[in-house]
Amino acid sequence: MPANPNMKILIVDDFSTMRRIIKNLLRDLGYNNTAEADDGQTALPMLQSGNFDFLVTDWNMPGMTGIDLLKAVRADGNLTKLPVLMVTAEAKREQIVHAAQCGVNGYIIKPFTAATLKEKIDKIFERIDS
Amino acid sequence: MCDSDSHKEMLSIAKQLVAELEAGNNDQATSLVDELAHIREGELFQEIGKLTRELHSSITSFEIDSELCDITESDIPDAKERLNYVITMTNQSANRTLTAVENAIPYCDALHDKSVQLGAEWKRFVNREMNADEFRKVSKTLEGYLAESEEQLDAVKGALNEILMAQEFQDLTSQIINRVIKMVEDVESHLVNMIKATGSAPVAAKEEEKGKLEGPQVPGLSKSETVNGQDEVDDLLSSLGF
Repeated sequence: MPANPNMKILIVDDFSTMRRIIKNLLRDLGYNNTAEADDGQTALPMLQSGNFDFLVTDWNMPGMTGIDLLKAVRADGNLTKLPVLMVTAEAKREQIVHAAQCGVNGYIIKPFTAATLKEKIDKIFERIDS
Repeated sequence: MCDSDSHKEMLSIAKQLVAELEAGNNDQATSLVDELAHIREGELFQEIGKLTRELHSSITSFEIDSELCDITESDIPDAKERLNYVITMTNQSANRTLTAVENAIPYCDALHDKSVQLGAEWKRFVNREMNADEFRKVSKTLEGYLAESEEQLDAVKGALNEILMAQEFQDLTSQIINRVIKMVEDVESHLVNMIKATGSAPVAAKEEEKGKLEGPQVPGLSKSETVNGQDEVDDLLSSLGF
């Protein structure tokens, strides 16, 4: 079963061009309920107070990195089950494995295609349902 | 022989020298002067020896300075590779955008022209300047137009999405360029250190930061610890049960 089109999604990336691209791609897939943050540091309070259903985040950000944001989310009692998709340029094997071990639900490396984004989102929410 | 020892010895010899001179023993006095000179030479040789050792160890440490090796053997060639890749990426993006624009414009033109044409016909209809036959024709044309415009607008939308995606380069090229800037700054500070360090203690090697982020992958520079494309990411994760 696909994800709820009305689900509230937080997009986190320090490059505004990338946030715009992801926002537009999500809109194309039918997800119009999106918000943005430019760093893990600004994202975390938004997540804590905002009732988000899905987090899409970059890794390499100046204040708080995506991996630290992921760890903070998993460590927070209210956020621990939040589905997290990483969209990042980091392609080192040990990092990918580390992210998976920290509980990331999906990992996309840049540059990526719209089809990949759709596939990963569907897969994440399929797994959650099953 | 340390300073205070040689000082004591010089003092005792000097006292002997004064005694010999006062006694008129010129030969003994001369040999005592030689002894004093000898002590001075010894100190001088020691000083030279110390400087030589320091210089030698500075030179050696430059040779084995791993950071210097890294800079000349891999960082600078890497930097050139990275910047060339930036050129390639920006070039590709520009071309991709232009192609999308060139594809979209004919559609827009055609739709525009047809709209104008149909608009004129419709006006005639509204002004009751049209007979039944003509109207049937216009009706058919209108039908065709609506179907076509659906298709063509999809194509235009496709082109616009293509342009959107073509902007993704900017994020990656900025990251790559920032890395080159950082490398240049490192070389700069290393050179400054080398200049300062001539004659003083060797430069300490920098410790490799654990978990340092790699940034975007550049073709031809990828190491075995990185993956090449989304498929490899998926394979890696599924092979580990994620």
